[in-house]
Order: sequence, then structure tokens, then C-alpha cells
Amino acid sequence: MNTVGGRKRRAAVLLMSTVLLFVLFFVSLTFGRYSVPFFDVIKILWHRLWTLTGLDRVLPMTVSWTEAMEKTVISIRLPRILTACLVGCSLSAAGAAFQGVFKNPMASPDILGASTQFITIFSFVSSILTVALVFLIAQRAPGQRTVNLILAGIMVGSLFSAGTSYLKLVADPSNQLPAITYWLMGSLSGVRLSSILPAAIPMAAGLVPLLLLRWRLNLLSLGESEARALGVNTDLLRAVLILCATLITAASISVSGVIGWVGLVIPHLCRKLIGSDNRGLLPCSMLVGASFLLLVDDVSRNLLATEIPIGILTAVIGAPFFIWLLLRKEKTL
Amino acid sequence: MTLSVRDLSFAYRKTPVLTDVSFDAEPGGLLAILGPNGVGKTTLFRCILGEQKRYLGTIAVDGENMRGFSARETARRIAYIPQTHGMTFRFSVRDTVLMGTTHTLSPFAQPGRAQERIAAEALEKLGILHLEDRSFDTLSGGEQQLTYVARALAQQARTLLMDEPTSSLDYGNQIKVLSVVKELAAEGYTVLLSTHNPQHALRYADRVLALLDGRVSAFGPAKEVLTPALLESLYGTRAELYDTPGGPVILPVVDQNNKKGESQ
Repeated sequence: MNTVGGRKRRAAVLLMSTVLLFVLFFVSLTFGRYSVPFFDVIKILWHRLWTLTGLDRVLPMTVSWTEAMEKTVISIRLPRILTACLVGCSLSAAGAAFQGVFKNPMASPDILGASTQFITIFSFVSSILTVALVFLIAQRAPGQRTVNLILAGIMVGSLFSAGTSYLKLVADPSNQLPAITYWLMGSLSGVRLSSILPAAIPMAAGLVPLLLLRWRLNLLSLGESEARALGVNTDLLRAVLILCATLITAASISVSGVIGWVGLVIPHLCRKLIGSDNRGLLPCSMLVGASFLLLVDDVSRNLLATEIPIGILTAVIGAPFFIWLLLRKEKTL
Repeated sequence: MTLSVRDLSFAYRKTPVLTDVSFDAEPGGLLAILGPNGVGKTTLFRCILGEQKRYLGTIAVDGENMRGFSARETARRIAYIPQTHGMTFRFSVRDTVLMGTTHTLSPFAQPGRAQERIAAEALEKLGILHLEDRSFDTLSGGEQQLTYVARALAQQARTLLMDEPTSSLDYGNQIKVLSVVKELAAEGYTVLLSTHNPQHALRYADRVLALLDGRVSAFGPAKEVLTPALLESLYGTRAELYDTPGGPVILPVVDQNNKKGESQ
């Protein structure tokens, strides 16, 4: 067997990724300075659901946990964990989409510059502009497209980092500067339940079309003329996919700051697991991406007494992976 | 389906690439397109596929003008079989062939069992069903080319456009691919095939379209059109035709001591 793929294998991998995500989700709720036993976590969540349905008035549950436990799980850990899942899922989906659209295994939200923006409100617009700019430069330039895209990304990225440096310079060192710095390193601390919905809506708005168009994403990765000859309206499809991928990247960044590498590393890992067919790859990337960022965030908040910004950790994991990618002999890079 | 091209002209930044090209390709026939490099064969294909829209003249399928056709409308009628090339990502043979069915699906749909059956039938027909689980990039050049042909069959268009299908194949695979294509033509497909090998045109094609400097230099039945004079005008090199029991053979003239090659 030379390929990974096929219906059964796909279903098996997706099932396993889903199970992994669920297990990690519940286990993560128990992690933290303040210890909450696993079964109490389950009971607290169940109690919440039970109360939401209104059935507790008929069949009240006995409360066997402390109020502090409930507050920790519901108000502190749950929002953070949900956000980690959403951001990981979005960044990975965006990465898989960008790689297909640009038929370039190195394309990812960070390399395309979609994630170098920092003014949240303008994030989406400026992300779209950056991606468009990088894409245009890479297309106009003669030479190898894979290399062009990366070079264009680096150049546009450094242009924006110059802007960031200037902002840091003029920022108020007592409050603005630390905020900018932490934001650039990416962090999920301080996420509230109320901040999830404003991010989740644009994420869903981008993820749903991506999922629906995932078969056609395959065709686009064959290249312009071939996809067209197979009956695909390539201009429209490409525009929609780029727009959706950028939207979910921007939405992620608005809530978590800049978290690099996820969009590059996860789709590659998943390609190993499930193959290049986006019917499996895209959902797989979303599930594994969510699990990955959740895991990294667990490390980020538990490893040391002070929290390690999550962007630092993803870089520590991502950079060696990238090197391995470069050194690998297979030509399907 | 009959593909008719009438007075097709195309210029790229004021440089004419194609000028007044007219020909018909009929079902059940294999049309070989000959011509030196850079003569506009690729441009001709791009115009037919609707990738280049700014052409003059008409391109029609069964009398229906294709100008303004969407990609999907074109795909329903014409299947394109590219040269084998590397893929950025590794798709299985099954998925590659399955991609041919895309134009029959609504934009948000994924191919299902019905499409998989069509793909399997196409693979079966070409005798490569056993390859379906293989990764496309592990196939030989000939197998890759056959996979593309299978994809075109899964596309269920009746006109096949092949861009130098034999250019990167070894001798055995060239013959295999051409025989398959010839059979498809005999079944009623309309086949257009560009090639650099006049011998292939002579052996397999029913008609030949010879292009020179973007103009039709000759168009007609292969055996009438392919003359030493035409070959010399196309390729700038002399060749002779010999009748053999297996059919006519084109051999290049080897210039030895300035002697002309007529000694044979």
C-alpha cells in the first residue's frame, strides 16, 4: 500500500482524532494549580447541562463539589480550553486551505503574513491585504513559485514587523508595551466565556464553507488549467477559499494573539496520517489542530510557575519540525 | 461530438500566435496536431478549453458555439489530458480519477458512491483498476498517463484533448497509450492529440492538422497530408516515406558525405 486513504482508513483516523480531542478536553479541565478531581469536573459539567435543560427542578442533582471548583472549571478553564480548541482548529484548517490553494506545502497563515497583524479591529482587512500582496508578488516574480511565496512572505512580514517595532517604540511602557509584547507571543490567558462567541461566529462562518468546498480544494491544488478543465470556476473558488481561510485566521488572532507554526505543522502531520485528500485532511487537521493547541496550552499554563506564552511553545515545537521537513528525503514536500 | 474550429485567430500582446485556423474533428476519428515547438498548439488547446477567451473566430461543439461557456459547461463536453507532471500533493489513483466527476456535482457536494462507481468503471476499462490504491506519484509515466485518460473517461465528455501524451514515455508505454487512445476513438470519442512524432501521427491518426507559424499548413487524412515536403517545411529537416508491409514509415534522411538519402 503506497497511499494512505480509502474510506475505512479515513473514517478510522477521524474517529480516533475525535476521541483524542474529547479525552484531552476533559483531562485538560482537571489540569491546573487548583486541583479538581476528574469526576468532579464531569459532574460540574453535567450539572451545568442539566440546569440548562431545566430538568434540575424536577430531578435535582446533589452538589458534591465546592463553589471554588465550579468557578475554576466553568469560568476559568472552560473558556480557555474552548478557545484553545477553536484557535487550533481554525489555524490548522486555514493552513490546510492555504496549502491547497497555493499548491504549496509551505503555505500557512504565518508565512503568508495573514497572522502578522496586530490591530484587532482592522485585523481581517489587513490580513486579506497582506495575503493578496504576498500572493501577487509571488505570482509576478519569475522563478520557482514555492520559493517566491516564502520570500514574498518574509519580505511583507518584515515590512509589518517594522511597523510593529515602531508601535512598540511609541507605546506607553507601563501598560501598552507589555500588552503588545504578550499579544505578539500569543496567549490564551484572560479569555472569558463572553469573548468566545464573537470569535466563534466568524470562525464558523469561514470553516463551514471550507468544509463544504474541501473536495474542490483538491482540484485547485492540481493547478489552474487542470482544475478549470475539470469544470471548476477557479477564480471564484480561489477567492472564496482565501477569504474564508483569512477570516478564520484573523478571528483566531483577535482572541489569542499571534500563534505561529500550527497552520504549517498540523496539516503536514495529518497528511501523514490520512493522506492529501482534503475530504479527510481538512476535518483531520481541524481535530488534531484543536487537540494540539489544547495540549500545548496545558503545558503553557502548567509547566512553570509563570505562564509560558503559547506562541513560544508552538515555535519550539514547530521549528524543529520544519527542519525535519526540509531534511526529509521524500520528494512530496 | 464534432468539434469545429472556424477562422480562429489569437494574438498575445499584438504578436499573432494563431491565424485563421479552421478544422473539424469528428467522432470516431483521431486527429493528430503536428508542428514545431512554439507553433501555437498549446494556445489552440487553451482556446478550445476556454482558458483563453480573447480569440477571434468560433469554436463549436455539435454546432453549439462554446464562447462564453462556463468551466463546467466546457468540462461536460471536453476532457483535457495533460502531460504527466509532478503533483504537489500525493493523491491516490482512485481520487485522481474521481476528480473527473467533479463537474457533475453541485459546488458544495463531495463525490459519493455513484461517482466512485464511475471512476472504478473508467479504471476497469483501461485495465488499471488494480492500481486504484496506489499513490499517483509512485506510478510509471505510462500508468500516470493512463490514469489521466481514466479521469477523462470519468468526466464523461465525448471529446478528448491530449497534450503530447507520449512526450515523456518510453517506447513501450508510448505504444500502449496510443493504442488505448486509438480504441477510444474507434468507440466514438472525438480525439485531438498533439504530438512531436510524425510516425505516431501516420500510424495512429485518421487526420492530421499541421500547424506552422500559427497557420494551418495542411489538414486532411494522415496518409495524404504527411509528405516529405510537409515534414521539411514543418521541422526543417529532410525525411523520406517508405512503404513497408506493416504500413508507411517515415525515416529521417541521414546526410552522409553530402550524398542525398535517395540511395535507399
